[in-house]
Amino acid sequence: MRLLGHDGEPTGSAPLPAPDVLLDGYRRLVAARRLNEQAQALVRQGRLAVYPSSRGQEACQVACAAVLEERDWLFPTYRDTAAIVARGVDPVEVLTMLRGDWHCGYDPRERRTAPQATPLATQLLHAVGVGHAARLRGEDTVVMALCGDGATSEGDFHEACNFAAVFAAPVVFFVQNNKYAISVPLARQSVAPSLAAKADGYGMPGVLVDGNDLPAVTRVLAEAVARARSGDGPTLVEADTYRMDAHTNADDATRYRTEDEVTGWGERDPLTRVRTYLTGAGVLDETGEREITAASEDMAAQVRRGLAVEAPVDPDELFAHVYATPTPQLTSQRASLRAELEDEDS
Amino acid sequence: MAPKMSMAAAINAALRDAMAADDAVVVFGEDVGPLGGVFRVTDGLTRDFGEGRCFDTPLAEAGIVGMAVGMAMNGMRPVVEMQFDAFAFPAFEQITSHVAKTANRTRGRVRLPLVIRIPYAGGIGGVEHHCDSSEAYYAHTPGLTVLAPATNADAYGLLRAAIEYPDPVVFLEPKKLYFAKEEVDVAAEVPPIGRAVVRRAGRDATLIAYGPSVPPALAAAEQAAVEGRDVGVVDLRSIVPFDDETVCAEVRSTGRAVVVAEAPGFASVASEIAARVTERCFHHLEAPVHRVTGFDVPYPAPKLERHFLPGVDRILDAVDELQWQDAA
Ligand SMILES: Cc1ncc(C[n+]2csc(CCOP(=O)(O)OP(=O)(O)O)c2C)c(N)n1
Ligand SMILES: [Mg+2]
Repeated sequence: MRLLGHDGEPTGSAPLPAPDVLLDGYRRLVAARRLNEQAQALVRQGRLAVYPSSRGQEACQVACAAVLEERDWLFPTYRDTAAIVARGVDPVEVLTMLRGDWHCGYDPRERRTAPQATPLATQLLHAVGVGHAARLRGEDTVVMALCGDGATSEGDFHEACNFAAVFAAPVVFFVQNNKYAISVPLARQSVAPSLAAKADGYGMPGVLVDGNDLPAVTRVLAEAVARARSGDGPTLVEADTYRMDAHTNADDATRYRTEDEVTGWGERDPLTRVRTYLTGAGVLDETGEREITAASEDMAAQVRRGLAVEAPVDPDELFAHVYATPTPQLTSQRASLRAELEDEDS
Repeated sequence: MAPKMSMAAAINAALRDAMAADDAVVVFGEDVGPLGGVFRVTDGLTRDFGEGRCFDTPLAEAGIVGMAVGMAMNGMRPVVEMQFDAFAFPAFEQITSHVAKTANRTRGRVRLPLVIRIPYAGGIGGVEHHCDSSEAYYAHTPGLTVLAPATNADAYGLLRAAIEYPDPVVFLEPKKLYFAKEEVDVAAEVPPIGRAVVRRAGRDATLIAYGPSVPPALAAAEQAAVEGRDVGVVDLRSIVPFDDETVCAEVRSTGRAVVVAEAPGFASVASEIAARVTERCFHHLEAPVHRVTGFDVPYPAPKLERHFLPGVDRILDAVDELQWQDAA
């Protein structure tokens, strides 16, 4: 599925959204790109320990948040910071995890956004559970569950798809196929005709979409959300996209992929084609572009300011959340750490 | 003088030498092929031995360990890598229900000579799930041999021994020790599995440690010496089988013992050691055996890590509490 070609020409396979809707999407794409670049810069400056960048995948990041209602849930991975921010979570809160403050910097209930999952594919089952619970409770909540191409090889991926299909759970499985799992190429994960094709085996629809085509991803995901909301069960959506940066800053991508390959994907950039189209359609001019850039710069500045302040971490917190009521052992361990720290201070 | 190499390089050398010595040795896992592993432990193995001998698998730990079981049943000696400690958990069923039990289930007719390598434990400022100390799960599971080297020479020697071993071995590689260089004599005799080593003799008290906790134990002993106490350090190397003989001989000679381990202390390997030592050395003990371990909390985010890890001060405090005032 593709609506906008690499050159920004509509393919005509389905109508494009209205220009102002697409312009708003473009604004989000620019913000997501700026966030990726800002976070990478913060890693270089030592402000963040690590950042798994989604540069090149911004259309997926923006679309999966845009198609959700407030009452829906998003289940993101470590790669999906931009999607979480697009959902409305404060970027500084999201990034404090990668600064090393705590395992999850935001309140998952506030924006119905689960903690970023690191153990691959495990969150997909939680997504099914949230969706199934919603049905049992008579809510029309939809759950957007994200994972990568590599994660589809895990047993939990299979179990989640199967459970969702059997229970007709209101879940959209959104696989961002960015062609690599760290160094391991897609061909080592699966020899199926596509990852979307796996949906057949579970008895759910599977859709392969150009993941660098914002209107196409948005349309496909919106359809899957509508389907889930109306009680027709899950959909598996595979986005054909590419991880432009290394897996994280700790990774050396030159060990396993060529510069040519990366350059080739650069020509399929998700921002460029929307910009080209909008400019051609006369909806975006230099002033508009400047405005959009300025807004993204404001956001980046806010992120920089937020992360420049070292938030003190409280050692007591080590013990505070493990159980609703700390065990007697934890209470005494907290006391001994406090005593130790008082000694240190004196 | 033997050449200096990092622990990562020593393990790489052990894999190479084992692969060269025996065609049945195969290495596989996630990113172990062209990338050479996220810690570069398998660097160059695919290039030098070919894709058949060192290869990437689909991303599935249960798949990796399960396939290793079958390959070991059919004449091979798989050495598999779990990328990080907590990412071995999807393979937990394979490890506990099959890797550990197959020999017993079949009255020894099907032994599984395989090695599960796990970059392990903390001290590297890693994000969640990258710093777990999971040895207690494995040590608690009968049928698994559990090793944790603390020196680069042991990393080499113990891995060679593990690959030659008839039974499955969980090989725990302390991440925080991966990159410091030490002398490694690859021609040295392969250390026997199941033997602890006295890293530092001491007359007054004995620290018992393994893997990542050996360096802080040695540093504490060093500091104790400055303060006038002669504290020894036993490095277990092998958690299972456990070397009661070496450990108890040391503790009987000092009468005081502290166990040091990074894992949360409740129901831990450290608890097992304290119990064994107490049962066997009771009449030689001047004080109860103490444990210095991680708190009973999930491994903390990087900024709180230092409060969690057993460091020199906590070890020295524990030594101070060994009822010296009662000593003759
Ligand atoms: C269960 C588990 N195994 C291994 C890892 C280590 N790991 C982190 S990311 C990654 C690659 C994941 O690739 P993919 O699913 O394609 O997502 P991407 O990073 O490309 O977005 C691996 C192997 C993990 N986090 N969890
Ligand atoms: Mg991927």
